[in-house]
Amino acid sequence: MVSSSHDELLRRDQDIVIDVQDLRVVRGKRVALDDVSVQIARGTITGLLGPSGCGKTTLMRSIVGTQIIEKGTVTVLGHPAGSAELRHRVGYVTQDPTIYDDLRIIDNVRYFAALYGTDAQAADQAVAAVGLDDHRTALCGNLSGGQRTRVSLACALVAHPDLLVLDEPTVGLDPVLRVDLWEQFGQLARRGTTLLVSSHVMDEADHCGDLLLMREGHLLAHTTPTKLREDTGCQSLEEAFLSVIRRSTAAAAG
Amino acid sequence: MILVVPSLIITLMYFMFQNAPHRPGTPSPFNNACLIMLGVFPLIVMFLITSITMQRERVSGTLERILTTPLRRLDLLAAYGTAFSIAAAAQATLACVVSFWLLGLDTAGSPILVFIIAIINAVLGVGLGLLCSAFARTEFQAVQFMPVVIAPQLLLCGIIVPRDVLPDWLQWISNVLPASYALEALQQVGAYAEPTFIAVRDIAVVVGFAVVALCLAAATLRRRTP
Repeated sequence: MVSSSHDELLRRDQDIVIDVQDLRVVRGKRVALDDVSVQIARGTITGLLGPSGCGKTTLMRSIVGTQIIEKGTVTVLGHPAGSAELRHRVGYVTQDPTIYDDLRIIDNVRYFAALYGTDAQAADQAVAAVGLDDHRTALCGNLSGGQRTRVSLACALVAHPDLLVLDEPTVGLDPVLRVDLWEQFGQLARRGTTLLVSSHVMDEADHCGDLLLMREGHLLAHTTPTKLREDTGCQSLEEAFLSVIRRSTAAAAG
Repeated sequence: MILVVPSLIITLMYFMFQNAPHRPGTPSPFNNACLIMLGVFPLIVMFLITSITMQRERVSGTLERILTTPLRRLDLLAAYGTAFSIAAAAQATLACVVSFWLLGLDTAGSPILVFIIAIINAVLGVGLGLLCSAFARTEFQAVQFMPVVIAPQLLLCGIIVPRDVLPDWLQWISNVLPASYALEALQQVGAYAEPTFIAVRDIAVVVGFAVVALCLAAATLRRRTP
């Protein structure tokens, strides 16, 4: 099993930020997540990877506490997901940038600063952190897609969260910006922030310390990029992922 | 726009009624119509603005996002209520000043009471708007809630046909619609110098409706969704 040695690693490290047990989520009539259990340690960047529609966003919403779950438990920083104590410690960046188009960048970030109870200085720092200092007074409606994503990110950074949940933050960004963002994620992790980042682009997986591979509502593997390559014997992570999928399909058939 | 339009329309009505004949000794038709408009405008305008703004907030995902912050739901509603009520107050102030000073609107009761009723109507509009936004999937649908929610209230509140000549079943419906009480209160203020019992009761009823609408709206703000 791909994930067993990793579980031991986690058990030694008691600093668990996210603990998901037997999670099952039904959306409409479809089972969006089934039998998902995973633990994520403090200060790691965990990549959540899988084809679109495989339940990445649902898992993230369960962790943030906006998703009604049918079965199982989700514990974040020692509290049930979504409880009041967590609301200023967990930052969530949705897939589509959720910002107000008719406000300036700095006003958007200040608004979220006010909601999280931090000050205007924190808002200035957050705008600087995503590299939008030159545009701080621009209206969000006039920004490019990548800039809007970064404003949305700044609105989460302003809270100085312990856990940052990012849903496809690099989608539609140019390569230079992507490298920039991953650089920032790395800095945040080094300062002790835990990051959970989803993506359906496998070549981004190398930026992550840990990988969660998902498919059709199931967690296929909890691994690391190096280990995934070793286990599957593939050099490219894309191929490695496909090989894991083939193996799991074969196991299900047999 | 929010500020000026009601005043302009009331002015338009002034000229409309300028040559309209009326029996000496009775209040001019403009007086009546103007009073009604002062009550109706805040309700309609605030309903529209709030339902569309809140609907945008729901669809764009910003609502879900701000509900993951430490913000409490009642704070959010109170903030919305206050912001729009301040806009409504400014609008009503301007409309009252124009009506009473420039256009010679004359009421037996105090203009202050007219102003208060206008504000309460605005808060009612905010409450109904917030509530209806939960049932609209698009902004287009949100706009369509206006004829659904506001038109029956205006038709049955006694502006067009006095309430006591409506068929019984329509009177019953009229009795459970808040605009009926708002209009009755305005007419009482127009006719009597002192606040009457009926006027005070009606104002209380409208406040009650507004509070209930705001509470129901709070219930539609769910942190967890399917």
